Amino acid sequence: MTVAVIQFGGSNCDRDSVRALSHLGIDAERVWYEDGLPDDATGVMLPGGFSYGDYLRAGAMAGRTPILASIREAAAEGLPVLGVCNGAQIGCEAGLTPGAFTVNRSARFQCERIHVRVENADTPWTAAYDEGAVLELPIAHGEGRFEADDDTYDRLVEEDRILLRYCDADGDVTDAANPNGSRDNVAGVLGSQETVAVMMPHPERATLPDLGGTDGTGLLRGFERTTTTV
Amino acid sequence: MTEYTATVTVRLKRGVLDPEAETTQRALERLGFDLDDLRSADRFEIDLDAASAEEAADRADEMAERLLANPTIHDYEVAVEDR
Repeated sequence: MTVAVIQFGGSNCDRDSVRALSHLGIDAERVWYEDGLPDDATGVMLPGGFSYGDYLRAGAMAGRTPILASIREAAAEGLPVLGVCNGAQIGCEAGLTPGAFTVNRSARFQCERIHVRVENADTPWTAAYDEGAVLELPIAHGEGRFEADDDTYDRLVEEDRILLRYCDADGDVTDAANPNGSRDNVAGVLGSQETVAVMMPHPERATLPDLGGTDGTGLLRGFERTTTTV
Repeated sequence: MTEYTATVTVRLKRGVLDPEAETTQRALERLGFDLDDLRSADRFEIDLDAASAEEAADRADEMAERLLANPTIHDYEVAVEDR
């Protein structure tokens, strides 16, 4: 299996993502977005960064590139897709996942370690954890505030598609623990299939023990739990 | 064909938080200005040739739908004038 880590101009977590996945024994390689989705890809990771310099809106340009159309088609057939940070913004802009990630409540770029609570452990991405588990992960974003209209949000809750919520170290979902003003502390959501997920925190930066934590490992192992080929 | 300029104005939907506008408002207030509220918007001026103003508006509308606005958070409006 090879996870395609899609590199756009301005991506900057593509190497980290390949390294983190490789560390877990998950075969991964960088794919330049203009080269198209490889036929043998067994998963897609949309990495963090600043694709297209965040022009217009973070993820807006990358979300409309031809490779995203290919990824959308493949995702509909079951190909696992994980979008992280800018990859999450791209995923929403491309319609892989509902809602939008927009300017932080603080109007500032925020780079810090936060906690998230696993809201649904019955997905490939969260199966390593118990529901309610608290993970410590890094965030680094200026546009991470999750917004969705009422109908969309209610549907996400009803269909159990909220994956992660920002919380304090004890797992309490509070306004004080919400770093960016996201609606009801949402940090990550699922697409229409549980094999598609996006999140603002960086699991690939919480995978190598030397970097100060490995809580993100289980999220990346989602690629091992989804067994599909396109 | 006639030359038109289509102006697409993209703004946040009412009720969607706009931290950049709030920061701008605070900066104006620090300069001594008295204001009740401030909203910001993105304005795109698109020069194009079309058979009619309606066609120009339709094309600009599609540009807004497909890229310039994000329907989750934005409303937009299109105005067309001769160039």
